[in-house]
Amino acid sequence: MINRRDFMKLTAIGGGAVFISGLTSLSQAATGYGKGAAYDDFYFVQLSDTHWGYQGPANPEEANTLKKAVATVNGLESQPDFIVFTGDLTHTTDDPKERRKRLNEFRDIVSELKVENVRFIPGEHDASLDNGAVYKEIFGNTFYSFDHKGVHFVMLDNVSDPGANIGEAQLAWLAADLAKQKKDAKIVVFTHRPLFDLAPKWDWATRDGAKAIDMLMPYTNVTVFYGHIHQEHHHQTGHIAHHSAKSLIFPLPAPGSQEKRTPLPWDDSMPNKGLGFREVEAEIKTAEYKIIEFPVSRG
Amino acid sequence: MNARHGTAWLISVLCLTVAAFITMNVAYGSSKNTAKERVIKIVAQRFSFTPNELKLKKGENVRLEFTSLDFVHGFNVPDLNLRADLPPGKITTLHLTPDKAGTFDFICDNFCGAGHEDMGGKIIVGN
Repeated sequence: MINRRDFMKLTAIGGGAVFISGLTSLSQAATGYGKGAAYDDFYFVQLSDTHWGYQGPANPEEANTLKKAVATVNGLESQPDFIVFTGDLTHTTDDPKERRKRLNEFRDIVSELKVENVRFIPGEHDASLDNGAVYKEIFGNTFYSFDHKGVHFVMLDNVSDPGANIGEAQLAWLAADLAKQKKDAKIVVFTHRPLFDLAPKWDWATRDGAKAIDMLMPYTNVTVFYGHIHQEHHHQTGHIAHHSAKSLIFPLPAPGSQEKRTPLPWDDSMPNKGLGFREVEAEIKTAEYKIIEFPVSRG
Repeated sequence: MNARHGTAWLISVLCLTVAAFITMNVAYGSSKNTAKERVIKIVAQRFSFTPNELKLKKGENVRLEFTSLDFVHGFNVPDLNLRADLPPGKITTLHLTPDKAGTFDFICDNFCGAGHEDMGGKIIVGN
């Protein structure tokens, strides 16, 4: 059994990308792991866009991918402090009964995670057609905040409105929540859609996301993690870093790279290519997050 | 015309002028003359616009009239800064006078279901 530090070195050497996001400086990608870094602060795992219930050629293994990812997370030598799912837990359906069934099945599958502290936010596939009604019954509020080891985590809902608005009520809540924080507080935002205009012609944006960014801008240590676009992507709005996560159902093309945002085809020679999850290390001493991208299975 | 009638007449003219200005500038500020607009009727329903390809000429005044059959779809042309919600049960009008040639994608930007990602089209503007 390798220990956590050795494993992380292996993932880096073996091609796992480590992304270092300085909270006070521009982000930079790195393929090696920082020597002498401390691992005893905390880390969390982000999974996104599992689309439970999807059936189609883009993932013929749809019934197994999420379960494999759960097993892989459970197999991590050192378990994360918490796990977060950043939306599109399920694939959309017009049938409210089927939506409830898929959300319940998803909940049952992820209940197998060893870590008990699991956080959720919805994606548009979960919540847009009923304004989050069934989601809230099963998973609770669609936006909230919590604190963990000196970091303030904010969960934003930009999907319960099918028009991708955060909405004035939630923005007022965000303003009140942020008002309690010092300007140099360490703040992490989780959301589903990008808060900035990544690719509006693909609907990869939040209509009033700029308002949220404006509210966050006075705070000097803010990082945003999101999903929706089914691929790793890194972007800066001023000093705020935005990191999107891979999906666990099918990858999508690079933003604006082709006419339609159609799923990339499944590759039989490389099952689960382009899929995965990430762990994010919060090293409070250095105020950095290290993101490590994982495939669905480790082998 | 006495002073009282003159004031009422002036107020009426001002109101009509303001109303006409608002009508001509619903979402795209370059509309100029509704009387000479070409009308294009578009039906929106899950998960398509019909027609989904609009051929316009640069400088042409166009009025888009949308009828949504089943959902508050969105019509968004990001590159032209043109969008509207399309509630069922009413005609939604947008005015457009393209000032540049090119092909501009439009999408439904209100999530409407499993085929939402496929609901879109093109505005092709020729010289």
